[in-house]
Amino acid sequence: MKGDQRIDRRFAELAAAGRKALIPFVTAGDPDPEQVVPLLHALVGAGADLIELGVPFSDPMADGPVIQRSSERALARGVNLAQVLEWVRVFREGDQETPIVLMGYLNPVECFGAARFARACASAGVDGVLLVDCPLEESAPYRSALDAVGVHQILLAAPTTRGARREALARAARGFLYYVAFAGVTGADRLDPVALAEELADWRRLLAVPLAVGFGIKTAGDAAAVAAHADAVVVGSALVETLSRADEPVAAAAAFLRPLRAALDARSDAAAGLPA
Amino acid sequence: MSTQVLAPERAESTSGESGRFGPYGGRYVAETLIAPLEELWEAYLRFRDDPSFRAELERDLADYVGRPSPLYHAERLSRENGGAQILLKREDLNHTGAHKINNTVGQALLAKRMGKRRIIAETGAGQHGVATATVAARLGLRCVVYMGALDVERQKPNVYRMRLLGAEVVPVESGSKTLKDALNEALRDWVSNVSDTFYLIGTVAGPHPYPTIVRDFNAVIGREARAQMLARFQRLPDAVVACVGGGSNAIGIFHAFLADEGVALYGAEAAGEGLSTGRHAASLVAGRPGVLHGAMSYLLCDEDGQVKETHSISAGLDYPGVGPEHAWLKDSGRAQYLGVSDEEALEAFHRLARTEGILAALESSHAVALALRLARELPRDAMILVNLSGRGDKDVNTIARLEGLVL
Repeated sequence: MKGDQRIDRRFAELAAAGRKALIPFVTAGDPDPEQVVPLLHALVGAGADLIELGVPFSDPMADGPVIQRSSERALARGVNLAQVLEWVRVFREGDQETPIVLMGYLNPVECFGAARFARACASAGVDGVLLVDCPLEESAPYRSALDAVGVHQILLAAPTTRGARREALARAARGFLYYVAFAGVTGADRLDPVALAEELADWRRLLAVPLAVGFGIKTAGDAAAVAAHADAVVVGSALVETLSRADEPVAAAAAFLRPLRAALDARSDAAAGLPA
Repeated sequence: MSTQVLAPERAESTSGESGRFGPYGGRYVAETLIAPLEELWEAYLRFRDDPSFRAELERDLADYVGRPSPLYHAERLSRENGGAQILLKREDLNHTGAHKINNTVGQALLAKRMGKRRIIAETGAGQHGVATATVAARLGLRCVVYMGALDVERQKPNVYRMRLLGAEVVPVESGSKTLKDALNEALRDWVSNVSDTFYLIGTVAGPHPYPTIVRDFNAVIGREARAQMLARFQRLPDAVVACVGGGSNAIGIFHAFLADEGVALYGAEAAGEGLSTGRHAASLVAGRPGVLHGAMSYLLCDEDGQVKETHSISAGLDYPGVGPEHAWLKDSGRAQYLGVSDEEALEAFHRLARTEGILAALESSHAVALALRLARELPRDAMILVNLSGRGDKDVNTIARLEGLVL
């Protein structure tokens, strides 16, 4: 896998095409554990470039109510890390191209064992791991285990990240850097794309890897506005909320994502001088 | 005695200056909180050694909290039990009725000096919430207390107390609706309001620097008790016993004795309905290392890493984690942690009430129970120092209910 990392390859392709990455987030096993793999394929079909797959945790302290409840529903249905990895393996049988990033909290990984987890990720076809409660200072044991098998540890940056810490994060970032759009929890109504522009420009000057932005991006308009200053946008709570209310989640996921894809592509085409 | 209100012992690897206690502790939080934690640590280091801060803290501990708290020789209890003499460090006599105020007074002064106008806190039984609302009222700071919705139901008098003191109490409906979920919600509030808000954590858990700060503000308990032992008995105790939920009162009394090799340290964890039933809250006795609420420590979780719901008759011990310094004291062998069941704690509550006229908190009754157990194995001239961390008035309804009475 090393040297042919799916995340790196995908971003290189997108950059070459002048396109922005659309990264949907779904909680593994919510709303329906029987439909996880079809849901992932539907997201790809509707324009997802990468997928963030949430590993449910009992105490999701950085998440707002939508993802908290989603996580609780998945746990109530017995979802665990081994099951999530198995879904990725099955997804990979039908899709060898779309990168999958597992997103979750540290304790399930810690209990699974860092080295065993890294090997299981590689063999299932996971390309990146984002551990919300594992900042740079605490990341060494997990990073070295993941590095050894060619899986990227994805790091977060935030509006409160300042000074020398920015450079340290920029140097350590692999795959892409996930910038948290505001100080708050996932799904909050605090997005201000205009205010973000300068901050994102500063980060892009520092970074050798692509910059993704997440938290509070809910609509096609939000996605396009943020994508003007980033390489990728992550959409989580709004999608999870839609799925939780849908009679047919797989169809609803595709219907939710298509307008966002169209909005991102319209602005890439406009930037490239192509007719909309 | 109290001129050194903040003189943290700096024994290597238990100092917390690095945020680590052996392999435990650390800062396992989302990136957004790294900067405010660093800001808090820098402010703490600056004010800890600032003479005017220390003078203000010392004055508040004396005039507002009522320190020093007495050391009381429970002679009838000791005689009836047989074996070693039991001495009680009377933290129950502090303002608001528990050791919790030592920490809230200290952190609130820190908040004020940092220019924060809003204080948030989590609470389980409501004792830390009351102690926080109390100091917020005194300093004129806005106060929001997060409390699990189940605990709000179980602890109505404390909810009302907090509201009387001007605090807003927010019931937390997520997860198991108890203390751990209140902590999650307080962290979510903090991450959303980092610029003007001070998170006043009530125990020696959480991300660095909280385990160090909360310990330092409670270490006055052990420093006083050690000096009181020497002044009154010209000797140190053979053992020190305290209950451990998150572990703040235990660290508070242990710390001054860490270097005294002849003094055994014992933590009483809540064994609930029995360790074998799974209905308990004994993280150190029956848990495993893991990460929750920003720190690596012992934790009660299932094999998938999901945090378990806990049980104890005492709401203040009903927490699946424990402070990282206790994890280190356990692994290093310096302290021993043992389980005390609901039943044993209740029996100790009644014995202390009948023999000494003291209603202890159910939390502290776990420590009394363990001390009674240990004392029976020791000679009459041995001495066991117990941290009587809180008073039992808040538990009267719970105890009455267990006896089939409705007050």
